Amino acid sequence: MMKQEQPISDTGHYKWKKPSFIQNPWIRYGLYLAVFVYLFYAFSTLSLDIQRVMRGIPRAMQIFSSAIPPNFAARGPLIVTGFIESIQITVVATAAGVLLSIPFGFMAAKNISILPVYVLGRAVIIVSRSLHPIVLGVLFVKAVGFGAFAGVLTLIIYTIGFVGKLIAEAIEEIKFGQIEAIKSTGAGYFTILVYAVFPQILPRLIGLTMYQFDINLRASAVIGLVGAGGIGNTLNSAFGRYDYGTASAILLVMIAVILVVEAISGKLRRFTK
Amino acid sequence: MLEIKNLVKSYGTGERVLKGLNFSTGDKKLTAIIGSSGAGKSTMLRCINRLVTADSGEILLDGVDLLKLRGKQLQHARRQIGMIFQGYNLVDRLTVMENVLSGRLGYVSLLQGVFRKFPADDVDHAYQMLKRVGLSQYINKRCDELSGGERQRVGAARALMQNPSILLADEPTASLDPKTSELIMELIANLAEEMDLPVLINLHNVAQAKHYASRIVGLRGGVMVFDGKPDELTNDQLEHIYTGKAELKEQQEHVTESSR
Repeated sequence: MMKQEQPISDTGHYKWKKPSFIQNPWIRYGLYLAVFVYLFYAFSTLSLDIQRVMRGIPRAMQIFSSAIPPNFAARGPLIVTGFIESIQITVVATAAGVLLSIPFGFMAAKNISILPVYVLGRAVIIVSRSLHPIVLGVLFVKAVGFGAFAGVLTLIIYTIGFVGKLIAEAIEEIKFGQIEAIKSTGAGYFTILVYAVFPQILPRLIGLTMYQFDINLRASAVIGLVGAGGIGNTLNSAFGRYDYGTASAILLVMIAVILVVEAISGKLRRFTK
Repeated sequence: MLEIKNLVKSYGTGERVLKGLNFSTGDKKLTAIIGSSGAGKSTMLRCINRLVTADSGEILLDGVDLLKLRGKQLQHARRQIGMIFQGYNLVDRLTVMENVLSGRLGYVSLLQGVFRKFPADDVDHAYQMLKRVGLSQYINKRCDELSGGERQRVGAARALMQNPSILLADEPTASLDPKTSELIMELIANLAEEMDLPVLINLHNVAQAKHYASRIVGLRGGVMVFDGKPDELTNDQLEHIYTGKAELKEQQEHVTESSR
């Protein structure tokens, strides 16, 4: 269709149009149509009912109005113990999780591991990553019962999935010359890991640990909703009692705590280089 | 006494980098290895301490074939071979002292290494070594704060901490400015003489090779094409060593054509 010999149209201007991502117009418009039809189908089967939305609005207004002002006093001690437990869960799980991430991260680094070890390390990390903390929380609450212990186990797995993967990636980017130098002194395999690999990833590891602490603190509130201890439990029971004043108080404290922790870890991370 | 016999090495499925290299040195002198990029200089040195594994041949160090060693035996052999690298290859985030002491890692246990509990003699030796190379004021400085010349001094100190019986240096001055380059060459040559060590050193700089070495070896296309004293290295010889690869190929093709 292109007429190379006539780049200038009748109007005396060049014709230019951004080339389409999908060249074939049949496929392009076919895809648009398919997406539109599916959206229409999904929308119609979900029985989205405007009536229900209308009826929900006053109820939502009622919840919000009873959530203001937030009520810190009624359940004050419960909020405090809830937060203390959440922070304990976060500290213990982050420490244990990062410590466990190190061996799995080293195993999953292609440039320093033999194939079977690499596959095992990757497998552990992939499984840890594939399950969302809420799903893990439900599993561990079933396995070890309600409370903080289930929360700690959940966040340990969550940490291994994230930190382990990033450690492996950091190791795969290290400078190999330093490994060669230590190797040529006659050092053994583990000595090489300690001297030539670990120092190169240490700053990343410290940064990751603080970042993961932030993430775990947030996640610890969420997994509390499924019974894995901490402030999430307190929040859940506040909703259960229709005690929206206490619930909004908890949410406000949660935002404050996370902002403070984020500020601190951001400051600390700047020291590592 | 180092003896290399019929050494062959190729990377992947590519052309052979070393094509049956023979070399031996017994005297405790500085031998410079020259040749253009890709001639096999680096590969030759790296085969000796097994940073790369040769395909075939023998490398005898005091009668032991290094190519046959594995595990602990290989580590013990590596302790005998100090190496100085072009890019220094210091562990940047560790201190000068830790880097110098890492030359002892072949001798201490894993835990001694992890907790930096080196034997007192090693620490004394490291102090002396740092004084000798003129860095005793930087003992606890991190290596990424040092200049290039200072880093290579640490590199030399680390290699010599091994108490090696031979020293390899892979273009140790190529990343340095001309003046620092001279200083480092001077230092390596002096240290080797003081410690009565044979040195194999890859050099790009022919003038330096002539000045510091008592023997010069020229490699081209993975084989030795020159072996002699510095004053035997004439311009004709140099041209022969540094003939471009393209020309070399042309010559070979010409030979095969005329042999038909």
